[in-house]
Amino acid sequence: MQLALFWIFSILMLAFALGVVFLRNPVSSAMSLVMTFVALAAVFVTLDAFFIAVVQVLVYAGAVMVLFLFIIMLLDLRAEKHRKVRPSAWLGGGLVVGGFMAAISQVIAGWSALHQTKPELSDPSFNDVAGVGFTLFRDFNLPFQIIGVLLLVATVGVVLLSRKELK
Amino acid sequence: MLQDYTPVLLHVIIAVGFATVAMIANIVLGRTGKRNPTKDSVYECGMVPEMAGQPRFSVKFYLVAMLFILFDIEIVFMYPWAVVYQDFIAESGTIILWSMLSFVLILLFGYVYAIKKGALDWSR
Amino acid sequence: MNILNVMMQPEVFLVWTSLAKSIGLLAVILGLVSYTVYAERKICAWIQDRVGPNRTGIPFTGIRIQGLGQPIADALKLLLKENFIPAEVNKFYYYIAPKLSMVPAILVLAVLPFGSSLFGIPMVIADVNIGVLYVFAVSSLGVYGIVLAGWASNSKYPFLGGIRSSSQMISYELALGLSVIPVFMVCGTLSLPEIVLWQRENGWMVFPIWAKGLTWDLILSGDIGAIAQTFTAGFSLQRILLWVPMIISFVIFLIAMFAETNRAPFDLPEAEQELVGGYHTEYSGMGFALFFLGEYAAMIAGSGVIVTLFLGGWSFPLIPDGSLPGIPGVLAGLVNIGVFFAKIIALLIFFIWVRWTVPRFRYDQLMKLGWYVFFELALVNIFIAAFVLAYIK
Repeated sequence: MQLALFWIFSILMLAFALGVVFLRNPVSSAMSLVMTFVALAAVFVTLDAFFIAVVQVLVYAGAVMVLFLFIIMLLDLRAEKHRKVRPSAWLGGGLVVGGFMAAISQVIAGWSALHQTKPELSDPSFNDVAGVGFTLFRDFNLPFQIIGVLLLVATVGVVLLSRKELK
Repeated sequence: MLQDYTPVLLHVIIAVGFATVAMIANIVLGRTGKRNPTKDSVYECGMVPEMAGQPRFSVKFYLVAMLFILFDIEIVFMYPWAVVYQDFIAESGTIILWSMLSFVLILLFGYVYAIKKGALDWSR
Repeated sequence: MNILNVMMQPEVFLVWTSLAKSIGLLAVILGLVSYTVYAERKICAWIQDRVGPNRTGIPFTGIRIQGLGQPIADALKLLLKENFIPAEVNKFYYYIAPKLSMVPAILVLAVLPFGSSLFGIPMVIADVNIGVLYVFAVSSLGVYGIVLAGWASNSKYPFLGGIRSSSQMISYELALGLSVIPVFMVCGTLSLPEIVLWQRENGWMVFPIWAKGLTWDLILSGDIGAIAQTFTAGFSLQRILLWVPMIISFVIFLIAMFAETNRAPFDLPEAEQELVGGYHTEYSGMGFALFFLGEYAAMIAGSGVIVTLFLGGWSFPLIPDGSLPGIPGVLAGLVNIGVFFAKIIALLIFFIWVRWTVPRFRYDQLMKLGWYVFFELALVNIFIAAFVLAYIK
């Protein structure tokens, strides 16, 4: 059951991810990306990572993608026109993709973790939110503060970039 | 644990199913009127529509969305913090309070900067 | 006999009971939505010294029953209207936007405990340990329906309404998310059923006064001294001081919920005088009905979250062990469901009352309130709660 759901949502996720690339309308691409994130969250649920799943929806699908949509609408982007692609471009692109795939499959084939099945949770009632909390504040306090600094830099960056408009 | 989420999946199916059925029922049962150019045009209080399509909007909306993401991430960190707060204090003291306080203070610098630069001031 | 055996297998049992709960809850919510609309019209009429809908009754009999038939007539009318699609819209998104705005509101209901248990089945569709985060995650998806409706309509008023609405929703999501954190610090869990149980034992979040020893039998026995003892047992300096952040949380959450659901005084996205109907200007028939339904369902779901987090959920006040004297199990379960919906209806009437009393904000005032006042107050509030929990016993 769990495995079947995992594959169903993985395939859904990949299908929507392809939609992001192949759809011509930028809004459709953005909405496909939202669906990709939702399907990814479902995959996380099938892997017992509930907190990550819900944060995936909350932050990526619920916040980041709203920004994407806003930008698409602000710039008033319209659907792309079909273009003629030269055969040499097809060939070059195919070579790059093929080479990349070959390299990745080489790495994955030699990776022992791939052949492992997901171990069951030792304690089925494990509360992953509390787990994240304890680990974060006991072992990763400094990285946590550094994240704060990163977010500060991002905030300043956002304000600076749009400052011309604000004056 | 996964069993806890099976009902959520079923609930999603029911909710989407209801919306779809309602929409289809309306298409099947609802009247179909004649079309004419006036009915087809967008609603602009009876005036002839000017300038097709959407108006440009203020960049402030985009700024708000961006700042929302940053503070949303901050809030996400606060949930695990709140859940373990009392247990953690009982176990290893109040370091958890000061750690979150410094995190929030760092972010407050950004917040104050944004306010001072007028990023959230809509009356200008 | 065979079918019954299959039905009682754990997996199958889970599936059909949760399906039954989902469908039952959806039906109750639909009924509640249509009668909330009726209540809205009726209460608004009383406030403005009018009569309100009073003619629609039982068909063919001439009995009017105070216009109680009105919601059914409205629903039928919307179902039978033409589903008109203007020429210039983006058809796919025009169709899908109303669903995207209604479905999240219904999905929120999945984690709300609406009763204790009936026949041993817990009265919550899904008891997940990330309960509240699920509520926020799902409701944050509601923005898309509104933005896409505005965009797909290819018209100016809906577009401006959609952008305004989404910007307002994400701004108040911050206040909403921050304001409830003290609740989780006190309870130490995100699971909504556990928060309700905590409140049953220790008193409501906004009214935390009784303690575990109190039972219905004790109250009926009339032993004032023993009753007073259970109340004083619930008191400590920490408890009293925590009252302050809890009240602040409640007020911020309540007001932010008004903004999240686009209710007056925060109804700028559909400000009739400037934007006609806002994002659903170009919709007719069921498309419009689904937006309307979504809006009211979001209001009901929001009230449900407020009730669950702050007002004791389905629990009957003053009974820490949940025993109702002289009431058998099944009936007690029904009473709990009744208590939950009674609390929701009380909040809904409050929502309506506010809408017809308070004038609308200006957009800059709305943003200022969300980003300056509520954001800062909620942050300070969290650290008040944190200091009290850490240093005062």
